[in-house]
Amino acid sequence: MAQPLLELKQLQTYLFSAQGTRVVKAVDGVSFTLDEGETLGIVGESGSGKTMTSLSILRLLPTAARIVGGEIRLAGDNLLTKSERQMRHVRGSQITMILQDPMMSLNPLFTIGEQIAEPLRVHRGMRGTGMVERIKELLRSVRIPSPEVRMREYPHQMSGGMRQRIVGAISLSCEPRLLIADEPTTSLDVTIQAQYLRLLKDIQERAGLAMIFITHNIGIVARMCDTVAVMYAGKLVERAPVRTLFNQPAHPYTEALLRAVPKITERSDRLWSIEGQPPDAANLPPGCPFSPRCPKVEARCQRDVPPEFQVGDDHYARCWLWER
Amino acid sequence: MDSSSVITPSSGLTSQALVLPWWKKAALQLRSAPLIPLAILAMLVFTAVFADLLAPHDPTVGNLRYRYQPPVWQAGGSAEFLLGTDHMGRDVLSRIIYGSRISLLVATAAVVVAGIIGTALGILSGFYGGWVDQVVMRITDTWMALPTVSFAILLAVVLRPSEWNIIVILGAVFWTRYARVIRGEVLSLKERDYVRLAIVAGCSRISIMWSHILPNIANSAIVMATLQFGVVIIAEATLSFLGVGVAPPKPAWGLMLFDGKAGLMTGFWWLSVWPGLCIMLVVLAANLIGDWFRVWSDPQLRQL
Amino acid sequence: MQRYILRRLLYALITLVLLSILIFCLVRITGDPVLLMAEPGAKEADLEALRREFGLDQSWVVQYGVFITNMLQGDFGTSLYYRVPAFELYLQRLPASLLLAAVAMAISLLLGIPVGLLSAVRVNTWFDNFGKIFAILGLSLPSFWVGLMLILVVSVYLDWLPSSGSGDFQHIIMPAFSLGWVFTASHMRLARSAMLEVLGSEYIKLARIKGLSERLVIAKHAFKNALIPVLTLAGISLVQMVNVAVVVESVFAWPGVGRLLYEGIAFRDFPVVQTTVLMGGVMIVGVNLLVDILYAYIDPRIRYG
Repeated sequence: MAQPLLELKQLQTYLFSAQGTRVVKAVDGVSFTLDEGETLGIVGESGSGKTMTSLSILRLLPTAARIVGGEIRLAGDNLLTKSERQMRHVRGSQITMILQDPMMSLNPLFTIGEQIAEPLRVHRGMRGTGMVERIKELLRSVRIPSPEVRMREYPHQMSGGMRQRIVGAISLSCEPRLLIADEPTTSLDVTIQAQYLRLLKDIQERAGLAMIFITHNIGIVARMCDTVAVMYAGKLVERAPVRTLFNQPAHPYTEALLRAVPKITERSDRLWSIEGQPPDAANLPPGCPFSPRCPKVEARCQRDVPPEFQVGDDHYARCWLWER
Repeated sequence: MDSSSVITPSSGLTSQALVLPWWKKAALQLRSAPLIPLAILAMLVFTAVFADLLAPHDPTVGNLRYRYQPPVWQAGGSAEFLLGTDHMGRDVLSRIIYGSRISLLVATAAVVVAGIIGTALGILSGFYGGWVDQVVMRITDTWMALPTVSFAILLAVVLRPSEWNIIVILGAVFWTRYARVIRGEVLSLKERDYVRLAIVAGCSRISIMWSHILPNIANSAIVMATLQFGVVIIAEATLSFLGVGVAPPKPAWGLMLFDGKAGLMTGFWWLSVWPGLCIMLVVLAANLIGDWFRVWSDPQLRQL
Repeated sequence: MQRYILRRLLYALITLVLLSILIFCLVRITGDPVLLMAEPGAKEADLEALRREFGLDQSWVVQYGVFITNMLQGDFGTSLYYRVPAFELYLQRLPASLLLAAVAMAISLLLGIPVGLLSAVRVNTWFDNFGKIFAILGLSLPSFWVGLMLILVVSVYLDWLPSSGSGDFQHIIMPAFSLGWVFTASHMRLARSAMLEVLGSEYIKLARIKGLSERLVIAKHAFKNALIPVLTLAGISLVQMVNVAVVVESVFAWPGVGRLLYEGIAFRDFPVVQTTVLMGGVMIVGVNLLVDILYAYIDPRIRYG
């Protein structure tokens, strides 16, 4: 079997408060693999560690965060042992990222063309007309009409959907192998969302791009992803191919998430929601982090943190229920 | 502005354990409270209140025989006048002690006056909106366009020099900052549900402003007052230094600097250094406390 | 963009009108203005004559009309002491003040901005803490005291520089430093907080994601964005400087408009005082307007907004 493109092994990223008085285990022992051309969805509530995981892959963390353990291998190469200089070559050319809010992602003082040109200049050494042609080509590939005009315009002159597509163009400029999209549709209108997702899927198929899609929206996951990873309180609690996850969820949290999505066919007076409060990341209970809210909780769950158990083909869950 | 949202390139693997033992935590907590500035301000208040007991001499009466005596540790100085004497033979130390009373009184009163005017206008302007808002804002902008020191001087020239007038002048010059900021806060407060409910319930405008708006902006007003304190002290010193502030023979620190200027070229340094140092210490303390208070009262800015 | 400029112009004009009304009213509300214009000890008959000469016995509206028409023609009254038109005096002294302010501004920007920006980049390190202390000191020391101390140390004890007058570089360095001192601190603080805010923004994050070198991220993306609020403050500071220069000019006997104001006080020369304050206000309004327009050029959001 070909080597996976991305391999995370027991990644641990912790947040330390300024005076070292509190530690938050934002990412606590997360492992997964991603093959070329595969789309992985990472789902979870806010604060579950999804964004921190993706930032760790790029090694761009808030000043309070440190990666304290694990491995991140890109095509076999451990990114955590690279120098900053080497990481800079990785960023923007091998791994890129799309952020949530396209208005804030673009520098208001520079033209669109200039902002797309930067990675081309830095990573591919392009200049002059060759570069201009490439920029126009990129804009066309994300379906932006009249690229020669748009190039010279500023971000505030464009609509939200266009800006997000431009951010997409910037990410794809150096033909990366992995694209991480962090809630890319959250700030878009519903009608634009569908268009944008179709565009991403299209580009991925054409370029053979691997994608990590971070979202809290299960519907998007169903449409876009091949594999899904579910995170809760910094831990990866279940991973499975998408069909399997939806039809045979193994972890009680995944079950609850799926139940919470209202179905058109069901009629009910109340919307079902998971009992209890989201976990306080600084003060996690001993044992499984989901135990306070789990409907299938057992005494053991509140004592010991469950390891990952295999549930089926490529299907793993971090739950004592699946102990063999 | 805190730095916790800044994303920077992170080093690879680090395993530093940064959680601190309890005694280090305690030390850090203690360090964050501005003890020294508070002590300085406490000393100021103490000196101002007990000036009569602390000062060795009468600050306004001097003996020309003893004029221009240097401080006790220099040749020609004596223990009777620890910090030296001025051109009228008055004891510098006593004048400084009594001067603290004037500085404290004037600055506090001026800040209060400016605060009341500014806050009232800010609340009225923000709450009523419409043309009231426009008019008040135009006036505020215009007032802000006046150069503070020059305007204060203009007023001081027009009015007769007296402490009370200085307070009024300083209040009249510094209220604009309050108005602007308070108005902004009121504008956002107005949209809060409990205010809207109060209006719907038929409470009179005045009572809403008094019981709902005022307590909420009190925090900002106090923070601004503490930050303004230092500025006002310097403004009063400036006015006195120029001769339009507190009138002689009252021992205001700025006035002492005015008197001291003449002796500077002949090397009578003690007339200028002591009052200036006092001003600096008090303003420094006020600024530090103001800064600390601003961070402390706004949970968003606090970093645990 | 045109509309933006026109609107700013209109506001500026309104502010100027209000400014003149304000000063006009203040002088008349607080007492009999003729007392300010007369020699001390003048008899009632003289006062009456003065009143008629200055038109002070007319209604306020008429007086204001005269006031404004005179001002627009450049007539701000005559200096009681120098016996020349006050406006002329002001214009005579203005260049010296502008020079002083310019040098002081240069000092404060050259010292303050780099320290501020660097403090933000090296936030919470010893450099940052040193910068913070420096900033606090700057805001706590009255500029005239700094000037007095400089004279004491440099002129009296070390005898390196002259303590007053104007002429060449030697004369301007100490007053410029005293004047610029406070502003160095405020520019430093603002540069630091502006830079911190920019560094925390999404587009800087994206710039790093693109794999740009740290130097490029800071020098190209962060710097330009952080500069906007700093330049705004700089523009306003310049005019504030000219006005705050009163004390510094007095301490160093620098022949600018600040010293003119001081003389106006010392000699009870009210027309001079009024002129200086009015013109100070006019300049502030003017500079605010210019800064607004400059803003529009730097920030394309306003240009094409």
